[in-house]
Amino acid sequence: MLSVDEMGHILEKPKMSSMRDAYGETLARLGEEIKELVVVGADTTGSIKTSIFGEKFPERFFNVGIAEQNLVSVAAGLAMAGKVAFASTYAVFAPGKCVDQMRNAIAYPEVNMKLVASHAGISVGPDGASHQELEDLATMRAIPNMKVVVPSDPTSTARLVEILARTRGPFYMRIARPNCPIIYTPEQATKNINLGKVTVLREGSDASILACGLLVYEALLAAKKLASEDSLSVAVYDMHTIKPLDADAVVKTAKATGAVVTAEEHNIMGGLGGAVAEVLSERYPVMMRRVGTMDTFGESGEQAELMVKYGLTANNIANRVLELRGANQR
Amino acid sequence: MIQSKKSIDELKEISKNTRRLILETLAEAKSGHPGGSLSAVELLVALYYVVMRHDPKNPQWLGRDRFILSKGHAAPLLYSVLAQQGYFPIDQLKTLRKINSMLQGHPDTKKTPGVEMCAGSEGVGLSVAIGEALAGKMDKKDYRLYVMMGDGEMEEGQIWEAAMCASKYRLDNITAIVDRNGIQQDGLTEQIMPIEPLSAKWKAFNWNVIEVDGYDFEQILRAFEKAKQIRNKPTVIIAHTTKGKGVEFMEWSPEYHGKVPDKKTVESIVKQLK
Ligand SMILES: Cc1ncc(C[n+]2csc(CCOP(=O)(O)OP(=O)(O)O)c2C)c(N)n1
Repeated sequence: MLSVDEMGHILEKPKMSSMRDAYGETLARLGEEIKELVVVGADTTGSIKTSIFGEKFPERFFNVGIAEQNLVSVAAGLAMAGKVAFASTYAVFAPGKCVDQMRNAIAYPEVNMKLVASHAGISVGPDGASHQELEDLATMRAIPNMKVVVPSDPTSTARLVEILARTRGPFYMRIARPNCPIIYTPEQATKNINLGKVTVLREGSDASILACGLLVYEALLAAKKLASEDSLSVAVYDMHTIKPLDADAVVKTAKATGAVVTAEEHNIMGGLGGAVAEVLSERYPVMMRRVGTMDTFGESGEQAELMVKYGLTANNIANRVLELRGANQR
Repeated sequence: MIQSKKSIDELKEISKNTRRLILETLAEAKSGHPGGSLSAVELLVALYYVVMRHDPKNPQWLGRDRFILSKGHAAPLLYSVLAQQGYFPIDQLKTLRKINSMLQGHPDTKKTPGVEMCAGSEGVGLSVAIGEALAGKMDKKDYRLYVMMGDGEMEEGQIWEAAMCASKYRLDNITAIVDRNGIQQDGLTEQIMPIEPLSAKWKAFNWNVIEVDGYDFEQILRAFEKAKQIRNKPTVIIAHTTKGKGVEFMEWSPEYHGKVPDKKTVESIVKQLK
């Protein structure tokens, strides 16, 4: 666990940067060590920053144009011929447009291909609902062999990209568009972020908040607020690996607190909340609340406004914790 | 209702005003896609002011011709034309991309009168038009379908699935338009993914192909008229255009695909529009 003291400072004045910069820079760094690393893009390489890799390794970089089904399938072929293939565009288009290819050409044969999709979630902002992917965790999680990861900040993005590059098999990773608070130092990320294991940011005895992506930071703020205003001891876990889910850790914290709130920038159906509910309903049923979009499309607006309107905030998470404790006492 | 016909001078004046609205709307929104909105102004003005049968007072009129903006990121263009036509108050343009607005970053049929399709994911519009065109034939309706696509959009496989399908069903009630402005998001179309010879491709898919200068109203109107007369074949109009048309520093600049100048800059640009 990272100590609360260690984490404390980031809640006051966090440093900000973007997951996509971390993604592009990490690829460019790994490209030196991993000669088989290749990157495929689909006319969004400037915006997703894979162009950083492309400038450094033009012979290992392919832009297939606006053609997402081709994007992931070409990456599959590269992987089948021995490359470590990363493919990227906006999440709403890949996996959005190519669930079949992700299933049949990639997951089924367990190809060593990684789809890293950016601009996931409602935080895309003014582009509106057509560009706000809120279903990808559900679709990708339901495909056998597919591993699914969601970093919570730029540093964990870098760490997870490295893990993906060095772990054989198909992966889906989703990152968000905006600048976001840096939660981890590189050393903390290397030590504490491991595939298939939760990262414990706070332990607690009154409730557990299990969060992924941009909602991890909100969860930390919620726990802090609940500690100071309601004297509650609330655990916060960074659930960067949605699949394989760290089921034992989920059950353990449910046993310790008896109240579990999940938080994600995704539909409440089928994503992190769904995965946690599946585990708990079979192994240790407790009352849960799922924070996420309530089976609705988003809309245009600034990121901060949308997060408030759609309930993806520390306040809403904290209220859900209180509501759950109230329900448990009845 | 058939729109009253306009003179070419009037159409040019409307186009100039449309460019002004696009730029002001985008500056107010602070994000969006100017390049591909400015490139296709004359084509949309021709459609809405002369070519299409439609009624702004009755957007759901079953007999209307339908315009599908498959390259949905050019929403500011569509909204500027719809507003001038009276589908909704011009004032609303100020709310583009803002929370609770009727004008979403990409077209939304449920929120905006006159918008025919939720677009934004490129490559889909032509197929949807085929469905509506097939239904029109089944129901013995004579409405027509107009679909505008980007040239980068030609890279989507679905375009060519649709191209085959429309000619199979001899959908002469479809007129597709390709805004051939030469630029997509990452750079020049012919560098990112060469699509030439474009006209030969469409011909090979059994389409009637007409190439026009996308800023010459006489050519544009003649092409749409010709398309109405062709029987048993869909028509595609390949319109040669300039991304960012009308604003010198935006013309031929991939940068201004998705970058919006600030309000001050826009104020001075607007004064110089021709
Ligand atoms: C399926 C899909 N993939 C990617 C994008 C992201 N995107 C938005 S605009 C654009 C470039 C469009 O180029 P083009 O079709 O030529 O349009 P224009 O140049 O006329 O703006 C891209 C890649 C998208 N909107 N849809």
